Amino acid sequence: MQQIINFIIRYKNFLLYILLLIISLAFTVQSHSFHQSRFFNSSNWITGNIFGISQGITTYFDLDDENERLLKENERLHNRLLNIEADSLIKMDTTNIGYTVVSGQVIKNSYANNRNYITINRGKKDSVSQDMGVITDLGILGIVENTSNKFATVQSILNTKSNINAKLKNTNHFGSLIWDAKAYNVVQLIDIPRLVPLNVGDTIVTGAMSSIFPENIPIGTIRKFDLDIAKSFYRIDVDLFNDMTNIKNVYIINNLNREEILELEKTTANE
Amino acid sequence: MNKGLFINIIRFVLLVLVQVLVFNRLNFFGYINPMVYILFLYWYPIKENRPAFLGLSFLLGLSIDFFSDTMALHAAATVTIAYLRPAIMRFVFGINYEFQSFKLSNSTKAQQFTFLALLILVHHSVYFSLEFFSVANLLLIVKKVLAIGLASLILCLLFGSLFSVNKE
Repeated sequence: MQQIINFIIRYKNFLLYILLLIISLAFTVQSHSFHQSRFFNSSNWITGNIFGISQGITTYFDLDDENERLLKENERLHNRLLNIEADSLIKMDTTNIGYTVVSGQVIKNSYANNRNYITINRGKKDSVSQDMGVITDLGILGIVENTSNKFATVQSILNTKSNINAKLKNTNHFGSLIWDAKAYNVVQLIDIPRLVPLNVGDTIVTGAMSSIFPENIPIGTIRKFDLDIAKSFYRIDVDLFNDMTNIKNVYIINNLNREEILELEKTTANE
Repeated sequence: MNKGLFINIIRFVLLVLVQVLVFNRLNFFGYINPMVYILFLYWYPIKENRPAFLGLSFLLGLSIDFFSDTMALHAAATVTIAYLRPAIMRFVFGINYEFQSFKLSNSTKAQQFTFLALLILVHHSVYFSLEFFSVANLLLIVKKVLAIGLASLILCLLFGSLFSVNKE
């Protein structure tokens, strides 16, 4: 017994180091396979408010550009709205809409890591919850991962854990959108069969299989494509429409039918 | 003693804020974000209470992690260099760093430089190996360690000479 205590006293620094290292490794490794840790994220009160203050200061510097961008978007939406036929407008009743949209602002953005997360200033009190899609006026941005009362973290598409259903706009062939962590303006679309005709410059949009994003949200254009090692599927580099380094205003999409879809898929899989 | 504690607390808070609000957003060449908070371990008094130093370093790393959504990567890397610091100092300064009169400012510029460079090298190696977590990306890890390590080193040297610890 005496010897054990002596041992502990003698190596207390080493044991403390090992303990702290194991704690940090546990948090890190766990997040490799599961969702982002519930506690270690920047949506909590302290970090959220500090980023909020800093964003409140820096946001003034590019107010003009941002206004211009929002005006352009309004123009595009008005164009579409005026060209929808009148009777379809009347049918638009709040009881049968599929999606609701909440606007928000980015208070922290990162794109230099392997697993990038974006923090936005909308949270539970704006009825934002996990697994809602986040887009900008130009295209998709990511999926809500964690929420606090006033803030939320978004798993960016520039995240090696990200996996989003996407398709070719003109042929409707779908595959998975992933990121290889090499460049912040290029993501990869995989699992497109070899027989699909491809051209550089073709548009990629979100697919219908996702219960998070609506169909046909723009993602990017084809930069180049190669066959994978098995020579049966394409691996496509996609240039993003979004400039991931410069993101201010975002829209959070809530799919009202998501619960029902998931429920149905679960019962089907069980049978 | 109390003055030293006070200075360390101020340093802790300022370094965390500077790291997350300025240097985490630098994104030089798209991926270079220097890590200047390592200076805390460089400046920390030589005659340290080791368990407290380990605990503080862990806390420092964890605070950075909270802000940058990196799980506990910074914490693991920082606690590693905190544990290895005495060994690195013995290597750089020789046996005389254990004397009462030894101060960081008394050592030569080359020694200070090597000390800082070794801290950064070990920290970045641990950090990026854990971030990628695969041998397949070895080349990418080496590239990131060297590029970001160099940026960290230059900025830490600049900060080090701006806020020199001569007066202590």
